[in-house]
Amino acid sequence: MTATTTTTGIVNSLTTGRLPKWAPWLTLVASWVIVGAINGFMAAAGNGEFNIAVVLVLGTVLFDVAIFVLAYLVEGVRQAKDRLVTSLVATAFIVALVPLVSLLFTVVSNGLARFDPLFFSSSMRNVVGDGGGALHAIMGTLLITGAATLISVPVGLLTAIYLVEYGRGPLARAITFFVDVMTGIPSIVAGLFAFAFFALVLQDPGIRFGLGGSVALSLLMIPVVVRSSEEMLKLVPNELREASYALGVPKWLTILKIVIPTSIAGITTGVTLAIARVIGETAPLLIISGFTASMNYDLLKDRMMSLPVFVYTQYANPGSDVQPYLERAWTGALTLILIVMLLNLIARLVARIFSPKLGR
Amino acid sequence: MTTATPSPRAKSRLADRIFSGTTVFAGSLILAALAAVAVFLIAQSIPALVADPAELKGSPSSFWAYVAPLAFGTVWAAFLALLMALPVSIGIALFISHYAPRRVAQGLGYIIDLLAAVPSVVFGLWGIKILAPAVTPLYDWLVNNLGWFPLFAPPVSGTGRTILTVAIVLAVMIIPIITAVTREVFLQTPRLHEEAALALGATRWEMIQVAVLPFGRPGMISAAMLGLGRALGETMVVAMVLSPAALITFVLTSSQNPSTIAGNIALNFPEAHGVGVNALVATGLILFAITLVINSIARVVINRRKAFSGAN
Repeated sequence: MTATTTTTGIVNSLTTGRLPKWAPWLTLVASWVIVGAINGFMAAAGNGEFNIAVVLVLGTVLFDVAIFVLAYLVEGVRQAKDRLVTSLVATAFIVALVPLVSLLFTVVSNGLARFDPLFFSSSMRNVVGDGGGALHAIMGTLLITGAATLISVPVGLLTAIYLVEYGRGPLARAITFFVDVMTGIPSIVAGLFAFAFFALVLQDPGIRFGLGGSVALSLLMIPVVVRSSEEMLKLVPNELREASYALGVPKWLTILKIVIPTSIAGITTGVTLAIARVIGETAPLLIISGFTASMNYDLLKDRMMSLPVFVYTQYANPGSDVQPYLERAWTGALTLILIVMLLNLIARLVARIFSPKLGR
Repeated sequence: MTTATPSPRAKSRLADRIFSGTTVFAGSLILAALAAVAVFLIAQSIPALVADPAELKGSPSSFWAYVAPLAFGTVWAAFLALLMALPVSIGIALFISHYAPRRVAQGLGYIIDLLAAVPSVVFGLWGIKILAPAVTPLYDWLVNNLGWFPLFAPPVSGTGRTILTVAIVLAVMIIPIITAVTREVFLQTPRLHEEAALALGATRWEMIQVAVLPFGRPGMISAAMLGLGRALGETMVVAMVLSPAALITFVLTSSQNPSTIAGNIALNFPEAHGVGVNALVATGLILFAITLVINSIARVVINRRKAFSGAN
């Protein structure tokens, strides 16, 4: 530790043998610049092209090595390990950001090409090549997800009420456990279940219809609704319930008039997030709702398009001229992301604005 | 409700019983639904198990010969994804819980949650149009220079539509799940343990080694299994990115890749008919069983930790 103490006047023994505060930042910038310069020269020499993501990642890796060596020389091995881990942990974060940024950037830049009124006002009926839109898919998504919400919210909320207010004993434990397990059901299995169920019950081996998609989505949505509502109901203070009982209010009215209104903001947030989770599901709808080019407002019969399936089919079954199909796929993806983001935003706003002020 | 005989117990009202009965019904409905999933999948699978295997796609020698490459591909892709996602996720979780300044930590958490909000079909589109072309030169280099290593045996895929690309996209998709769970566990580390370690002169990494990681180990295991369960069942990315073949191979960079159960269902279901549908449902049943087992183990590990943790 004393290897670097120089004899220049007064030495503060508490801060010697440490890298100055700006050293890591300087090293980081220097690593980026070095890797960027190498990449730039190689690009100028016609050997590959300049890629900002590669520069950032490789530069950060170089920084990880450089800071370890630097700290090892100045501060000793323990501090060097500490700095190495610090930089590695930050690197992990940056590595995760690269795909996110790349994905958002591509979806927005490719999706804007067809983000026009035509896209939102026409279906794909009789469209080959250019033009056409996703109105039928957007309608289908709204109908299917809406029906799924109508199924999931009562079941999920009542189950949460059972678990919080009534549930004791093996049934409650079993429900808690299997709700947890249900969160892990692969979405395609939910679709297969809906298909297997309706194909047997309605005796139609090639069945495709919208409501089946709703059933499949509810299977994925119910556990999310139960989990979030349960958390919210648990947050309601017991004093409120006891005050209500003391006034002679029956238990069911206490739940309906006291517990639920107190937690309604949190429940709404949870439901919105659950909708956001299932609205992007592709696989179950591909299986049970199928795909079509036409409008269909009837959940009970015929194939019904949905936005995620629209994106998939535009990509997977293009016509002879691929470009318009790909453009529609990207615009569909952009629309889908916007819807999901909007739902997330609404959920957070509801949570922030309407949450009850519980004293303190 | 004013009766003559006062009772120490509250009177059971009809409305109360109806209401609590409804909630019990809703709860039981969930259990019934889960049981129905198993029952109906089994019912639709049986025709495939007893059918002549020659009627299945690719005319395999038996149903199990049809499933084996798919099951292998499912597990292999998910395992690769987990291998990549787990260290990164633990790093991010540590970064958010113990390294980032308090004020920005929550915002960083939201950014990672954004990844979870992206629908899988968009990840598939991104994987095939952006990632696959971007990694092709890397695969070329790997096969040319490390071709002697069995995982990178030549020939190389010219399109980048390999199982490694799929695994990378899957890893990106499961990072938010693993991060969310491990972050919660790391944040529950008893403050006193951390402060005791720091007071003894430990650096931050040494503190994490002795206090945070041992405390969070069960949480990390179950988070990894939750991520694995998610990667096993992921459909659209595989269906869109992979160029599939019916074989079992560990090679990462070839154009002949084992497909996964979920991806195979999505690709073949729209055109399937007759016993082919039953075969796909049967593979779905196997997938359901695999994920059910993995998720149950993860939940048991989490719940046991909850009961014995010193945090509360």
